[in-house]
Amino acid sequence: MTTKPTVLLVGYGMVGHRFLEALAESGATQRLQLTVLAEEPRPAYDRVHLTSYFSGTSAEELLLAEDGFAEKHGIDVRLGDPVTAIDREARTVTTRAGHVLGYDTLVLATGSYPFVPPVEGKDAEGCFVYRTIEDLHAIEAYAQQAKSTGRGVGAVVGGGLLGLEAAGALKGLGLETHVIEFAPRLMPVQVDDGGGAALRRTIEDMGVVVHTGIGTRTITVSDGGTATGMTFTDGSDLAADLVVFSAGVRPRDDLARSSGLPVGERGGIVVDAQCRTEDPAVYAIGECALAVDGRVYGLVAPGYAMAEAVAAQLNQQSGSFTGADLSTKLKLLGVDVASFGDAFGATPGALDVVYSDSRAGVYKKLVVTAEGALLGGILVGDAEAYMSLRPLAGTGTPLPVSPEALVLPAGLGAPVSLGGSALPDDAVVCNCHNVTKGEIRAAVTEHSCASVPEVKKCTRAGTGCGSCVKLLGTLVDEELEASGVVVDKGLCPCFAHTRTELYEIVRVTRIPTHARLLAEHGRPEARDGEGCEVCKPTAASIIASLAPELDASGHILDGEQAALQDSNDHFLANIQRNGSYSVVPRIPGGEITPDKLIVIGEVARDFGLYTKITGGQRIDLFGATVDQLPQIWSRLVDAGFESGHAYGKALRTVKSCVGSTWCRYGVQDSVAMAIQLELRYRGLRSPHKLKSAVSGCARECAEARGKDFGVIATAEGWNLYVGGNGGATPRHADLLAKDLTDDELIRLIDRYLMFYVRTADRLERTSAWLDRMEGGLEHLRQVIVEDSLGICAELEELMAHHVTDYQDEWAATLRDPARLARFTSFVNAPGVPDPSVRFVAERDQIRPDLNVLTAEDEEILAMPALIAGPLLEVRSR
Amino acid sequence: MTAPTMDPAALDLTTRVEILVNGAWIPVCDASLLVPGRGVAVLLPDGRQVAVFSDRHGRVHAIGNRDPFTGAFVLSRGLTGSAGGRLYVASPLLKQRFDLTTGECLEDDSVSVPAYSARTN
Ligand code: SRM
Ligand SMILES: Cc1cc2nc3c(=O)[nH]c(=O)nc-3n(C[C@H](O)[C@H](O)[C@H](O)COP(=O)(O)OP(=O)(O)OC[C@H]3O[C@@H](n4cnc5c(N)ncnc54)[C@H](O)[C@@H]3O)c2cc1C
Ligand code: SF4
Ligand code: FES
Repeated sequence: MTTKPTVLLVGYGMVGHRFLEALAESGATQRLQLTVLAEEPRPAYDRVHLTSYFSGTSAEELLLAEDGFAEKHGIDVRLGDPVTAIDREARTVTTRAGHVLGYDTLVLATGSYPFVPPVEGKDAEGCFVYRTIEDLHAIEAYAQQAKSTGRGVGAVVGGGLLGLEAAGALKGLGLETHVIEFAPRLMPVQVDDGGGAALRRTIEDMGVVVHTGIGTRTITVSDGGTATGMTFTDGSDLAADLVVFSAGVRPRDDLARSSGLPVGERGGIVVDAQCRTEDPAVYAIGECALAVDGRVYGLVAPGYAMAEAVAAQLNQQSGSFTGADLSTKLKLLGVDVASFGDAFGATPGALDVVYSDSRAGVYKKLVVTAEGALLGGILVGDAEAYMSLRPLAGTGTPLPVSPEALVLPAGLGAPVSLGGSALPDDAVVCNCHNVTKGEIRAAVTEHSCASVPEVKKCTRAGTGCGSCVKLLGTLVDEELEASGVVVDKGLCPCFAHTRTELYEIVRVTRIPTHARLLAEHGRPEARDGEGCEVCKPTAASIIASLAPELDASGHILDGEQAALQDSNDHFLANIQRNGSYSVVPRIPGGEITPDKLIVIGEVARDFGLYTKITGGQRIDLFGATVDQLPQIWSRLVDAGFESGHAYGKALRTVKSCVGSTWCRYGVQDSVAMAIQLELRYRGLRSPHKLKSAVSGCARECAEARGKDFGVIATAEGWNLYVGGNGGATPRHADLLAKDLTDDELIRLIDRYLMFYVRTADRLERTSAWLDRMEGGLEHLRQVIVEDSLGICAELEELMAHHVTDYQDEWAATLRDPARLARFTSFVNAPGVPDPSVRFVAERDQIRPDLNVLTAEDEEILAMPALIAGPLLEVRSR
Repeated sequence: MTAPTMDPAALDLTTRVEILVNGAWIPVCDASLLVPGRGVAVLLPDGRQVAVFSDRHGRVHAIGNRDPFTGAFVLSRGLTGSAGGRLYVASPLLKQRFDLTTGECLEDDSVSVPAYSARTN
């Protein structure tokens, strides 16, 4: 019997994990005995996205390994026990806890440590570094304290990539933030003076104070040992509670050094092209290694390449690392910064093409040869072109268009973007995983990957920082089309049409039911079927929005419509996790009289409903059973309320700020306009929900630019913004038209909404629709402002019909006994409330009883309800 | 071939829907109360809940009303559909689909809900 060779990995960071993954992918984990010795208390996590911890990503979400990764591959991971010594003679290591482990191969992946300049006071309480999750926990806690008991000022020493990221984090924690950079500009390694100036301007606009060209002399410390501020080399000083050092990193080469392995003059474990140290049994990879080209790489992509090289060798293949590209693109505090290839024009004979607009914080420089081949570049403020340009840098191919055209902003001269076809096959598309365009094409043609997720899985492209995903999508589509694969863009298994095509079919043929649509236009194999949960509500929405044109009933509980709607539309309420419903009355513009507010309070109290103010400037009442909905609504309708359509793909809310009536800055009556818009578009069925807001001045308190259509008052009238979105992929709305009168504004919104209803895909918010639109905002402007398609009159007419035909769905339902019949919990026991809808008390209100939801069997329901909605008495009166 | 009928009024108003529970057919409601493509919930004497549906061809189906993924009693309020000849209901909560004949979950073989025989009489 042979024993498996033992591989010890010291350090479980990003590169260490990539090493394990590469071994697992090749199956080598089965032939090796793998042990990981880690200093940190948790397995490898995504250090690159460390800062996202402050925007709500949890430490668990940052973990790199899938659940069960180590067990699945038989890897022994020992956390929180760092290696303290290596005995190369005996081939053993010793850990802090005193364990001694033998190895056949030792892989060092110990990363780096933040460099803290040797200034007086650097160890005071309140001084931090920015490298691990624990560092962030500590900074977060101290910042809270500083805000309540101190001045609330934070300073970052170092204006490089990490320093600016740390500054963004401090700002986000609510501190007054300063950045101190010794060099004359920010990010001195990546950008030149012009780029630095554009960056500085934008960062200062965000309220971060930038000090360049000065060094930190001391940290001033109180008698109690806490930091109180800093003094600088130019004699000035700054009071600060919290100091983050981000003055570069140094390789953690101490273990290697003390075991006699050669290290570089400025640190880093010396390795050859195979990432082997002087001792053939010991490798070093990642930020701790001094690569054969004499550099220590502080980026993750080169580290991954080293990890892959060593994993290949342990799998009896060849692998080497001889150097890497230092291109970077990042989004710092919302500013795009990219630097790639020969960014500083070091190549003999290199020429620059520069566009600079420091007012807008945009700086673009391309470095080219005399023949027009791209060498590199720096992009600040607008790095859109990075993904298509970087792969071209250094390939020697002359640019397909003039470099001037590439740096000019869209709108000045013809907008130019390079598609995927401009790239040569050997151009690296994904920098993080070093994947070329050729490999991506091969994934499609040879490994029959037919979608971006499949290509990602197959090549790993796009699974790092994500910045190449857009280009990846273009390349995959191009390749699929070239190889004659027809991408099925159909709505669902029942229809081969998109939502837009179905809309056109209904509009032209005037087919008023889903059943006929399916029988006449469905896929042959689905024509005889029931339809599905995708096409039924889609058809219902299209038919509802065209109802006046079809002479069909617009009421969503009528006829066939009753069977097509999502459950929420069916009950005109939103289903909640325990099967109860929420009730959201419309409160146009968020304006409400005291009397109406009292009615809501009384209804909630009488029915025992949980009450909450929503994010949409209105009130949500939770915990109603199906049987209660008509009773609740009859009270609300009597008091003058109507459905808020919180359940439908329809207009939700038009939020407002208080505007010129009260606010000293207001220039228009934003509340009146918000109410007018909400009443005009209420009930409009659309491909996805629609949201709006109106702000009374440029301070934008209503957050209109986060909305599908947002209106901001100007001294002259209204500015209309379109395509905004909150949610998971926020997008600021784009300015469509300026200084409009009330009538002009409404006419333009009418056209915009109807054009969206007509051409968007199912569940496509306006932001995604606009991003997908060929020609983008400019095309939209031509269609709805210039009427380039000649459809504006028709769009306006459709909206006029909607406005005159609108009726409140709840009032209509209450008038109709047939419709009311469906609001019973049990068809065989009308009037019996659903025993599974139960509540418990919390903070003086109800919440769903989770015992019912988690109970193994249904027996729990045989027990008498402790608290049921209408009977609830949580407050002692 | 004509398009499948959609008008509930075309169904016989005196037809009863029944489901088979513990060996006995239990009447549930009049067939006219079922809208093709939608469901209703039925409370059994022992406290169990059943979701009953009718399809576009007028056939009736019954499965347990509890959504095993969330624990809530809501399947009767889902939308029905068909795929590859299988009739199903999609839970209104997290949209997993359940076969109306066998109770099996289409997304996950290891999950199912009880299935009941149903008929019109
Ligand atoms: C109730 C409320 C939360 C609250 O207590 O404040 C809420 C609750 C829900 N939101 Fe929301 N959203 C609420 C305001 C918002 C806002 C804020 C706003 O409107 O100003 C946003 C960000 C703005 C935006 O949409 O751009 C928001 C972005 C979302 C998203 C993400 C949309 C996106 O495009 O990324 C979803 C998911 C979706 O629609 O697919 C969502 C989905 C939902 C759903 C429908 C989730 C679900 O399926 O159960 C919740 C249903 C509520 C219910 O049963 O009544 N909710 N949701 C808010 C209701 C506002 C209202 O009065 O109608
Ligand atoms: C905030 C931040 C943002 C960044 N942004 C980017 C970016 O946008 N792009 C980019 O390319 N790079 C970025 N980086 C750098 C990137 O995170 C590193 O290049 C990468 O983490 C290096 O991986 P590594 O495995 O070599 O080192 P690390 O991830 O640091 O892992 C080394 C591990 O070894 C452990 N260790 C050390 N000594 C021992 C010992 N004796 N025994 C056991 N364990 C030990 C350490 O505790 C650590 O867990 C960023 C870094 C930070 C901090
Ligand atoms: S953010 Fe919105 S969708 Fe998410 S849990 Fe809260 S209310 Fe529900
Ligand atoms: S470039 Fe980072 S994931 Fe592709």
